[in-house]
Amino acid sequence: MHELSIAQNLLAIIQEEMHKHGTPRLISVKVRHGRLSAIVPEALEMAFEALTIDSPLAGARLDTEEVPLVLACRACGKHFSPESTDYVFAPCPHCGEEIGHTVVSGKELYIEYLELDEAQGT
Amino acid sequence: MQIPVVRNILEANARVSDDLKALFAEKGILALNIMSSPGAGKTTLLERTLTDLKSEFSMAVIEGDLQTDNDAQRVAATGAQAVQINTEGGCHLTSAQVLAAVKELSIDGLDILFIENVGNLVCPAEFDVGEDHKITLLSVTEGDDKPEKYPLMFNISSALVLNKVDLLPYVEFNLERAGAFAKKLNNALKVFPVSCRTGEGLSAWYDWLRAARAAKKR
Repeated sequence: MHELSIAQNLLAIIQEEMHKHGTPRLISVKVRHGRLSAIVPEALEMAFEALTIDSPLAGARLDTEEVPLVLACRACGKHFSPESTDYVFAPCPHCGEEIGHTVVSGKELYIEYLELDEAQGT
Repeated sequence: MQIPVVRNILEANARVSDDLKALFAEKGILALNIMSSPGAGKTTLLERTLTDLKSEFSMAVIEGDLQTDNDAQRVAATGAQAVQINTEGGCHLTSAQVLAAVKELSIDGLDILFIENVGNLVCPAEFDVGEDHKITLLSVTEGDDKPEKYPLMFNISSALVLNKVDLLPYVEFNLERAGAFAKKLNNALKVFPVSCRTGEGLSAWYDWLRAARAAKKR
């Protein structure tokens, strides 16, 4: 359940950003998580809801989007997306090399944007 | 109105971890993050290490568990300083928890700080806690395919301690397979087959600790 502490960190950043913008109402927050970040979106949404209920952020929506896993082959350098999350042993579709690839994307875990209600803003 | 933010959600953890790293560097303390499944023998490894190297190093332990201070009591019995963190359900230690625990210790003159993470092969791998090295412990009763199933933890560790080798005659565990796979994940990984019960293999682990400690000392 590391989603709970991720949700806590997420909230801290949201509150800081909203303070910067004069604390208008939060409509939604968009989080992008890499396939290797081991986030279960449902668990993160549940943690977010549990932490915002009965708070000024209650009712805000959490949108998540997975960032696909992309590897760069150690041997031929070409990019590919393996079917499983096994980035260590993944046969390259171009040349067959199985190990030692570099992760190009898939480890991300970040907030992309906040959607704020301007009407109540300053 | 959409406000682009683009901030790493774990930035707070990373920031405190960097603060801890700076503190440990200033004080010349080797900090080790010890991770494993529950029951692999983290606390027993620490009890042996704290006892056997007592005359060489000043050592302290931060214990992370969901509940109880049983482990802190066990390591404190060796004479080392120990602080218990109860995560109250949290599946890993965070850098903020470790920072709070460090404040409870007298760290002047400390040589090695062991941070015993919550027993879990998944989440602790995602959260740095100011350590110089991550150490993963795997016991032979857990199955030799663990490095294949939980690659991240083995990928980012500096050393793998394979514990309970005295039980090898009774379990299906191929020491070579587990070690070889872990090395494939991470070529720099040092593998130490040990038995914390009989003491077999521990001297190699101690030599690694001495070398890591010497590398840290200014």
